[in-house]
This record gives sequence, structure tokens and C-alpha cells, in this order.
Amino acid sequence: MVGRERHAERPGHDRTSIESLGLWIFIASEAFLFLVLISTRFALVGFERPAELNQPLGAAVTAVLLSSSVSAYAATRALAGGEAGRFRLFVRLTLALGVVFLGGLALEWAEGFAAFPPARGYGSVFFTLTGFHGAHVLSGLVVLWLATRRARDPWPVRAAVRYWTFVDAVWLFIYPTLYLL
Amino acid sequence: MIRGLAGALAGYAVGAALVAAIRALTGVDPLAAEPLVVAGFPFALIGWLLGVGVWQAWAREWVGLDARPAAPPGWRRYFAYSTDHKVIGVQYLVTFTVIFLLAGLSALLLRVELAAPGQAILPPATYNQVMSLHGILMIAVAVSVIIAGFGNYLVPLLIGAEDMAFPRLNALSYWLIPPVALLLLTSTVLGGWDSGWTGYAPLSERNRVGQIFFNLSFILVGLSSIIGGLNFLVTIIRLRAPGMTWGRLPIFVWGIFLTSLMSAVFTQSVAVAMLLTLLDRVFGTGFFAAARGGSPLLYENLFWFYSHPAVYVMIIPGWVLALEVLPHFARRALFAYRWAVGGLAGVVALSGVVWIHHMFTSGVPFVFLPVFLATTELISIPTGVIFLSALGTLWLGRLWLRTPMLFAIAVFFNFLIGGITGIFLADVPTDVQLQDTYFVVAHFHYTIVGGEIFGLFAGIYYWFPKITGRMYDERLGQLHFWWMFIAFNLTFFPMFGLGLAGMNRRIADYDAALANTNLFVSIASFALGASFLVFLWNVIVSWTRGPMAQANPWRARTLEWQTSSPPPLENFPVPPTVVAGPYEYGTGRAHAVLGGAAGGDD
Ligand SMILES: [Cu+2]
Repeated sequence: MVGRERHAERPGHDRTSIESLGLWIFIASEAFLFLVLISTRFALVGFERPAELNQPLGAAVTAVLLSSSVSAYAATRALAGGEAGRFRLFVRLTLALGVVFLGGLALEWAEGFAAFPPARGYGSVFFTLTGFHGAHVLSGLVVLWLATRRARDPWPVRAAVRYWTFVDAVWLFIYPTLYLL
Repeated sequence: MIRGLAGALAGYAVGAALVAAIRALTGVDPLAAEPLVVAGFPFALIGWLLGVGVWQAWAREWVGLDARPAAPPGWRRYFAYSTDHKVIGVQYLVTFTVIFLLAGLSALLLRVELAAPGQAILPPATYNQVMSLHGILMIAVAVSVIIAGFGNYLVPLLIGAEDMAFPRLNALSYWLIPPVALLLLTSTVLGGWDSGWTGYAPLSERNRVGQIFFNLSFILVGLSSIIGGLNFLVTIIRLRAPGMTWGRLPIFVWGIFLTSLMSAVFTQSVAVAMLLTLLDRVFGTGFFAAARGGSPLLYENLFWFYSHPAVYVMIIPGWVLALEVLPHFARRALFAYRWAVGGLAGVVALSGVVWIHHMFTSGVPFVFLPVFLATTELISIPTGVIFLSALGTLWLGRLWLRTPMLFAIAVFFNFLIGGITGIFLADVPTDVQLQDTYFVVAHFHYTIVGGEIFGLFAGIYYWFPKITGRMYDERLGQLHFWWMFIAFNLTFFPMFGLGLAGMNRRIADYDAALANTNLFVSIASFALGASFLVFLWNVIVSWTRGPMAQANPWRARTLEWQTSSPPPLENFPVPPTVVAGPYEYGTGRAHAVLGGAAGGDD
């Protein structure tokens, strides 16, 4: 009931280190979720890949998402250095890049729906994997936005950026799984 | 709770209306049942959680209001949203004991039907539904009751902490459980489902609507288990009292730690299996639908990749609970403590590489058979080490045969039978013969009921004075033990014979030649069911007017006994310091002192 405040009083019970460990375990647990989902691609259709995939678009959204991680990192550096203006700039850039990624994803969905419908094989895997990941990108955007709205305390921002970097890293496994292999 | 139900209904209405609107706009039948249920469900869940107390005690902060944690006094706190790990532990224990008894009643229904060949009270379709309900309810109990019930109550006490690392998440993971019971009951009203607790495709893909309630509730139990696992891991790593090194951790805490590792990792796999089944049904993807190029075998792989480790999520808490009880009642240190921890870790390490042994007859590539036979047999090595630790403790101790001790010893007796018969199911040639017979049913019940549930009762009697502040009746306790122990063995041992004679599991009828044994088993199962009446009577009478318990009636050394019974909010009047191992009987050394001054580490 009083937990949160009282814990902080005891030596060694530092809230940030507790929450940081919790976040790492949460990330590990999410990583297993994607690992299992990715494994279905190979179990179901092996290395088969439809010719209609829009390769330039796939490469483009990958680049966008990667640069958003760089920009998120720059935002945490700016926060640590006390540069409020730069911090806000990089946060906005990160959020914008995330939205662009989701837009690209929507485009891919619109094209793919006719070419490799979700009713079977590769289409099932493609829409499920990108759908799951897209939902994570969306939640990452919301978390990032909430954490940076009132950036007095650096830990929530660092936590949100860590989660965002994780979501980006997951795409680094999904992209080759769907587009290259 | 009323507010929770109202919230759930409101949430469901929002979700279902949203989907109906989208479907109406895109021109598909807006009132199709399954999409409405699946889409309404998450909203209903959020409504339920906000209603039962998350809004009052937590979410108000998100919109800038003050959180108002409600804390009704006395027994009413067990029915309210609470973040106290002891209250949550009791909530879990009572909820799952009730579900356990209900699921037990459903088993008795099955035994009435099976008492004689031919049809008695249950038409075959109804039999399948009752069998499925019995299975999934018992699995939910087995996965959660010790780890969530005693784990929550005891881990903070045993490591000298004042609560779990994330008290609010802890409450959240408990309040996910009542909707599971509601979902499964709703499903039964709607005609249920008949694919057993395994929910194999392709049957699960074409079953009636009750199936999706099964899938949703499985996901929910999984979610609760993942959140709980995460919480235990962080608590045990970060909140140990000064001096509580890993080598001084009570064995029960080690068991919960290793089990939590498995919950946090493997549960994802079964959650994905359940989710993809829902996607197949609602969005028409083709993961498991063989007609559209899907692979039912993929479902089995995803399912068992979790569900084999899940049997260790069930049994390890039972083992370590028994191992925790043994030293206090043998008045000596746990024999080969380090080896026992290593044995547990070995089981966990191997648990992820044996799942194909459930699929020896499913048409997996032949090369897998010898490989998974070998990995499965390997598990008997760490299991044997744990067994030797128990045996050594008993051999070298002076036994004090109270009810908890009797149940703890029975864990190892029953598990010996369950473990040895498991060898025949791991060996491919015998398994091909025994697959899907009552031999499997008997083996499984010997390990999980004989191992885990006997461990659960050891824990209930052992910590009853700590939790309730009152003493149970020892004579009734011993009566319960002997009654349950004998009836349990009479019920399940003959099933090995039925299985060898070829009686199929999950089937409402059998060959008339097996009539006598089945009648015997049915009568024994009712005796087993009746033994729980003794237990219930003892608990109810003792909890309301048993004699007051002392702080430490067992004169045990571990930390939970060094505070009052029941412990105050946040557990210890002064933070404890740990100075030696947990089972230092006969050496005169204390395990811990309250306050940090005395001497420190040695
Ligand atoms: Cu198994």
C-alpha cells in the first residue's frame, strides 16, 4: 500500500535499479515472444519469399527506424548535458521518424494485401509479424511521448529510450527474416 | 468486485461496438460472434481491472489525481484490491483452492460416468467438455497455486524484505485470475469446448465458439504468470536483506527463482500458439489450418515448447516446498544444499530441450526420436540429486512426524512412482504403446497431484499458524494425510494397469473387460474427494476458533518465524540481518538477527 515510498528509505533499495532490472527482464521476455513468432516463418514456409515484395520500401523503413534510434540516443545525451532545447528537438525527430515508419508499414500492408494475402503461408507470417511489431512501435511512441512530456526526472526518459531501442533492434531481426532470407 | 464486473461489461460494450462499427463500415456482417468476443475481451479486461481497484489505487495518478488506495480492515481486506504481498498470497491460495475443489468435483463426474462401461450420466459430447474443463482448471491451479500463493506470501518474508519489488504489478497479476474463471464458466454455458487442455489444431480451428474462451483464458493465465515471474526475479535479486547471500537463501526461494526464470521465458511460446489460433479463426490467417497450407504440427511444437517446462513450473515449487519443510522437522541442515540447488538448475537447463517427447507419435522426423529420448532421460540425473538431498536429510535427521512433515515425505514417495513410470513414456518403443492411455494419466497425476499438491498441503499445514495466527487441529491434520495418501494411491495406481491394458484416455467409454478395475478406481476417487472435507472442516474451524499460535510454534530458524503470527504490514519491526545459513540446527547459530548491529557477516 505504501510500498513505493517506504522502499526507497531502506539502504540498497534504490528504486531506479529495481525498475531498471525489471525493464531488462521485461525486454528479455518480449524478445522471446518475437523469437517464437519469427520461428513460425521458417516452420511454415521455409525460405520461400514472394516476388511482389517491395524491396526499396522495406529498405527505406528500415533506415528510418534505425535513424530514430540514433536520434533517441542523441536526446538522452542532450538531457544528460542539460540542453533542454536540443533534447526537445531530438525527441520530436524520434517521434516523427517513428510515425514515418508506421506510414511506410501501412503502405506495405496496402500493397501486400493483394499480392500475398494473409490467408495462407508467407502472407500469414508477414502480416502477423509486422502487425505485432507495428503495435510495439506504436506503444513505444506513446511511452516515449509520455516520458518526455515532463522531463524532470531522467530515469523515465532513459527507460523509454531503452524500450524504443529494443523495438528497433527487433526490426533488425524481422527485416532480414521477411525480406532477405 | 461489483465495480469490476460493471467495468468489464462497459469495456466489452465499447470494444464490441467499435468492431461492429468497423465491420459495418467495411461491409462485412457486423454481428459475427467471434470477432466481437475477441475484440471486446481486452476492453472488458481493462474495464474489470480499473473497476476492481486499479483506478482507485493507481491509475488516478496518470491523470494527475491522487491515488486513493482503499484498505478495508480485518478479513474484508482479502476481498479487496490490496498491494500487500501477504494479502495477495492468501487471495491466490484461497482462489486456487476453490478452483482446485471445483475441478476435483468435475473429475468425480467423469469417474461416475466411467464407473461402468456404456453410457451412464454424461453423453459423450458432454463428457468431452467436462474432461476439457477439468484439465484446464487443474493446469491453471498447478501452474500457479504454490508459486503465486506461497511464493507471494513467503518470498519477501524469507529474504527479509518488506514487500515484493513491484507491489502494484503483483496485485494486477492476481486480479487477472478471476476473469479466467468467469471466461471458462461462460464458455461452459455457451456449450463449452472439447479439445482437452491441449487445444490441438485442427480441432481447435473448427470447434464451436467456446474454444476461443479457452484460448483467451490460457493467454490470461500466461500473462499473469509472466508478470509474476518478472516480479519474483527482481525481488529476489534486489531485495535480499543484508547478509542474505545466494548461498544462504532458503531452498524454497531458490526454487521460486528458477521457476520464475522458466515462466518469464517459455510462457511466450504457448501464448503465441493460443494467439495464432485466434488469428486463424478471426482474421483467417493460415498458421495451423491444414486446409490452407497451415501446420498442425507447428501448433504442437509451440504448445509443448512451453508445456513441458510448465510441468517443472508445477513440480519444482512442490519439491522445494517439501525440501523447505524437511530440515525443520528433521532438526538438521538440508543434506547437500549446494547439490540440490545445482539439481534444480540442471532440471531448468534441460527443460527447454525435451518437448518432442510429447510428439513421438505425431509424425515428427525420425531423427528426433533418439535425440529427445536421450535428453529426456538425462533429466533423471538432476532429479535424482534432488531426491538424494531429501533422502539424506531424512536419513541423518531426528524426525518429528507432524502433518507438514508427513505430506513432505509423501511428496518424494509419490514422485518416485511418478518418476520411474515416466521412464517408460520417455523411451520411444514403450511410449508408442502407452501414448494416450491411462498409463499417461496415472503418471501425470502421480507427479503433479502426488508431488505438487501433496507439497501444497505440506505448506498449508506448515504455515497455517503463520498466516492465520491460529493453530490447526493436529489430529484432524493427520487423519486428512492418511486418508488422502491411501485414497490417492488406490485411485491412481490401478490406472497404470488400465493403461497397460490399452484403456484410452479422454474417451467416455472402454472395453467391458476393464469394468471391475474402473469401478474400483471410481470408488477410490470418491474416497479421495471425501478426504478434502476433513481438510476443509479443519481449516474453517481452526481459522475461526483454533487456539492462538505462537510466533514460532515449530522453533524454526528461517526469517518468517522471527516475526509475529501473522506478520505486521511490511513484515519486520526492524530490518533483519542474516548471519548464517537457513538450517543451522544443532550448531547453535542463528540464521538472522533483527536489526543490523550484531557482528555482521562471519
Ligand atoms: Cu514433457
